[in-house]
Amino acid sequence: MRDFEYQKPKTVTEARDAFNAQSDGSFLAGGQTLIPVMKQGLAMPSGVIDLSVIEDLQGITVTDGSLSIGAMTTHAEVAASPEVQKAIPALAGLAGGIGDPQVRNRGTLGGSLANNDPAADYPAAVLALSAAVLTDKRRIPADGFFTGMFETALDEGELITGVEFRVADRAAYAKFPNPASRYAMAGVFVARVDGAVRVAVTGAGPGVFRVAEMEAALDKDFQASALKGITVPEDDLLADIHASAGYRAHLIVVMAGRAVDAANGKGGAA
Amino acid sequence: MPKIALRVNSQPVSHDVEGRLLLVDFIREVLGLTGTHVGCDTSQCGACVVHVNGQPVKSCTMLAVQADGADITTIEGVSPEDGLNPLQQAFHEKHGLQCGFCTPGMVMTAMALIQDNPDPSDADIRHGLEGNLCRCTGYQNIVEAVRAGAKVMRG
Repeated sequence: MRDFEYQKPKTVTEARDAFNAQSDGSFLAGGQTLIPVMKQGLAMPSGVIDLSVIEDLQGITVTDGSLSIGAMTTHAEVAASPEVQKAIPALAGLAGGIGDPQVRNRGTLGGSLANNDPAADYPAAVLALSAAVLTDKRRIPADGFFTGMFETALDEGELITGVEFRVADRAAYAKFPNPASRYAMAGVFVARVDGAVRVAVTGAGPGVFRVAEMEAALDKDFQASALKGITVPEDDLLADIHASAGYRAHLIVVMAGRAVDAANGKGGAA
Repeated sequence: MPKIALRVNSQPVSHDVEGRLLLVDFIREVLGLTGTHVGCDTSQCGACVVHVNGQPVKSCTMLAVQADGADITTIEGVSPEDGLNPLQQAFHEKHGLQCGFCTPGMVMTAMALIQDNPDPSDADIRHGLEGNLCRCTGYQNIVEAVRAGAKVMRG
């Protein structure tokens, strides 16, 4: 790994200043992607700005139909949080199924979203729960945040400070993990938020996406049987040694059905 | 060069380190504690697991500078001066290892698991060890060892 200047700012303003002072700065959240990528030489930042001691990026609060989680909250903290378990149990369950225990002890919500890996779990929750990604500059609705594979609406140097999730009246996440990496080969988050159903799929395509046909069917009848006959075109899906596009297309429908069942308190989902 | 001050196995340690130095390399190369292993070096195998402030993490995927101020425990820190702790003894008795390369990471992960859940089911153990790979045993005897070690530890 090429060496770099290391900084550990105490405030968001200091972090931004430290980033701007670098020719090629990189924010360090939990490091579970950035450090492996730096080891491989795929990222060689001139400066690494460690966000771990900035208090404004921490904390979980519930207010009036919303659940706000600080960007530097780890997956393990979200999974174990009584507030999250009460407000959106599906979100706590999703966090508890990311990677493995060691990754969950370091990896963070903000880091996962900024990276936007096409097989990451959190993007599905953010999109399905109609969340807003909060940054040091603005509030970005989930529908406009994920712009492509490893691409987001974040500007250069823009820092995620937290995420505000809508509390759903029904929600569940079902994923088919790759047995080695635990990344989603297809993960489907189904949520009914403010009376409307949203279905978000991760792991199967080049980025998280919604399935309008499923949402329309579930708006009419929130039962797994309502998904009968719906197919997802495989044209834009991922194909690799783990699964063909056709297999992933099939998995999406199966996982969506399991998520709806779990949201209705039937059967078990991840 | 950043200076870090931390505690490793209850001993205060301070050292100048390059930003890029991995925690596992600090533990092995600087402190000479070679019980923590480097297996895959790509955050998959878990041979490098140590406790940071009581939580298991993969020390090949953390920078030494990130451990500034932390309390680190390695496999050396959970073993008595002579002999084995109850979980290590259970790995020995249940044949929970063959080559032994993954064992330090397995033990560190399982110690944390048992701390949180003193009476884990087989499913809890398998889920808890998802981040630790063993290429010899097929896991069956590791699960038995963790179950047996947990029983001794909860008395």
